[in-house]
Amino acid sequence: MATMNMIQALNSAHRVTMERDEDIVVYGEDAGYFGGVFRVTEGLQKQFGKQRCFDAPISECGIVATAVGMAAYGLKPVIEIQFADYIYPGYDQIVSEVAKIRYRTAGEWSMPMVIRSPYGGGIFGGQTHSQSPESLFTHIAGLKTVIPSTPYDAKGLMIAAIEDPDPVIFFEPKRIYNGPFDGHHDKPVKPWSKHPASDVPDGHYTVPIGKAAVVREGADLTVLAYGTMVHVALAAVEEDGIDAEVIDLRSLFPLDIDTIEQSVKKTGRCVVVHEAPRNTGFGAELVSLVQERCFYHLEAPIQRVTGWDTPYPHAYEWAYFPGPKRMKKALEKVMAD
Amino acid sequence: MRDKETPKANRPQLSLHVPEPPFRPGDTPDYSSLVVPDAGSAPKPDIAVDAADTEPLAKGLVRVLDDAGKAVGPWDPKLDADTLRKILRDMVLQRIFDDRMYRAQRQGKTSFYMKATGEEAIAITAAAALDRDDMNFPTYRQQGLLIARGYPLTEMMCQVYSNRGDKLKGRQLPIMYSSKDHGFFTISGNLGTQFPQAVGWAMASAIKGDSRIAVGWIGDGATAEGDFHAGMTFAAVYEAPAILVVVNNQWAISSFSGIAGAEKATFAQRAIGYGIPGLRVDGNDVLAVFASMRWAADRARSNKGATLIEFFTYRAEGHSTSDDPTGYRPAGEAQAWPLGDPIERLKAHLIGLGEWDEERHEQTRAECDAEVRKAQKEAEKLGILPEQGKDDIGSIFEDVYATMPPELAEQRDQALDEAKR
Repeated sequence: MATMNMIQALNSAHRVTMERDEDIVVYGEDAGYFGGVFRVTEGLQKQFGKQRCFDAPISECGIVATAVGMAAYGLKPVIEIQFADYIYPGYDQIVSEVAKIRYRTAGEWSMPMVIRSPYGGGIFGGQTHSQSPESLFTHIAGLKTVIPSTPYDAKGLMIAAIEDPDPVIFFEPKRIYNGPFDGHHDKPVKPWSKHPASDVPDGHYTVPIGKAAVVREGADLTVLAYGTMVHVALAAVEEDGIDAEVIDLRSLFPLDIDTIEQSVKKTGRCVVVHEAPRNTGFGAELVSLVQERCFYHLEAPIQRVTGWDTPYPHAYEWAYFPGPKRMKKALEKVMAD
Repeated sequence: MRDKETPKANRPQLSLHVPEPPFRPGDTPDYSSLVVPDAGSAPKPDIAVDAADTEPLAKGLVRVLDDAGKAVGPWDPKLDADTLRKILRDMVLQRIFDDRMYRAQRQGKTSFYMKATGEEAIAITAAAALDRDDMNFPTYRQQGLLIARGYPLTEMMCQVYSNRGDKLKGRQLPIMYSSKDHGFFTISGNLGTQFPQAVGWAMASAIKGDSRIAVGWIGDGATAEGDFHAGMTFAAVYEAPAILVVVNNQWAISSFSGIAGAEKATFAQRAIGYGIPGLRVDGNDVLAVFASMRWAADRARSNKGATLIEFFTYRAEGHSTSDDPTGYRPAGEAQAWPLGDPIERLKAHLIGLGEWDEERHEQTRAECDAEVRKAQKEAEKLGILPEQGKDDIGSIFEDVYATMPPELAEQRDQALDEAKR
């Protein structure tokens, strides 16, 4: 057991899997010698050599496409897209190739790979260092989409993703790389070492993909969250004194619908939160599913707390980011309805 | 629009250049101005050549078979007659196969087909020049790779018919074959994607200290995709053991190669800017295709990195069964094409060597025709497209993931339930 922040936990997941499986290769822009702009791949080149961990040209298309070829050969690429905001040049390769190859070859070829990418806002990243494009991937058949919210989960989910036979889009909430962030940007940031989920085993373990975590049990309403918003939701719930059940989805597809359904049927109320814009965001899918499965148990319309339907603005970071204030409003509204 | 009375009005007015093909419907195609270097005139460099030194080869045209069908010059691979006869037979077989599948589409037995008429020499000869376990990342017009590597014609047809024998379970559009055993990576409808994928496969082979190489295929039109640039860059950076092939058949559906940039530079010339040797090769000349592929394979296998080969050829028929080329080019253009027909040229060569004659050719043609007819009969026993898509609706939901997630299992049950009603 060690105390790790999310970066260290992800780095550890790479080391543990690379030691066990020689077919794992890691690459991306600045991911080799330098160890990544967020240090997630730090030391891997030194430990495993340049054949296993190396720098890539600035070409997301090329990074994903070569990973397709490597997976076709029999390797397991774990590739980095420096920011989720820059994944779009690789989108054709991900959507048209990575996601569909098992299907279109009736299983003759598969694409075991992890495409990891820092995502999300709250860091004054402006338009192209803050985006949350998860719904562009959950919409694509053949992909799994995973987003951790703690160091423990980050390592366990990453190992599970690397060992998964299918391609996994692994979004890392960069706002919480170094410590949990509850949306109170005016207060000092706590490091992960003060949080119990920073206790991370040194060796191999997994957190199963497709399984949500109930991070706070409650009776009055259900909050569905993932990534940074898990911490925002927890803070808002505590501050509001509402006995809410907070569920960290952890995996958006496959989705742990049973845990969600069970909770909403118990509480009768539901608030869905994410950083991404509202229109056709993943929240819309969650709202639909809850409505379809829990209609007769619902006592109030489902609320969504999301980013606005605008590009991510720089100076207006805190007017855009769905912080605890906006969360509390939604909690109160759903309780009043 | 800017006001004409601006202070800069004395500057010349700009105009957009939109390339036009030399001939349009109604014109008489005349290729006398096309520069076709003599067979045997291109030098053959050492495989350790610097990319920059291949400039004349990238601008010129490697040709071995002269107008009389004789093999001349340093690129003559000096193939034995059996190898040449096998290539000739495969080309004949492919042309007959294409014709019959084209007709099957016209008869309503399937939805779609794409021929490779006039381009048979390229994929078939490439297969002959490669090792059996080298991996190809083909486009939809390299069916010759499968034919040359002995993929059963019946299985190809079953895929075209999406029938019960289709190992892709009716999921893929006709001609989007896949066969790992034949070193033929799954074809995608998205153009250019496979080109950098081949580089990744080659990188993997190098990472594992293997000796196998990869071939990435792309057409002239698709070189305009960003994937081409990505593939070339990665191939150059990592010295990937890959052969990168541009099949320049002059046409991308209705767009002539000038729209892809061919007016300004050959496709082979692009290689040099990346630091990769480039060869421009007569794609209708089996001996030139073989020699260039072998040269590039030798380079790749000896850790000298990738080679780009532009095969200069002509798409003799429509783009697909959904295309009518008389709408954009003269009907007689294929006949006027100065590099001729690859089958006729190899046939003339073999006859010249005393290793072939008209009678044997006719006999081979008849054998291939019988083989294709027999395969078609077998394939059609397993169904044609209009009969398909009803029996195993549950299979739609398989292979999306290694194991079916509950979300999909639920939808499968719904689809099966709907089908019952």
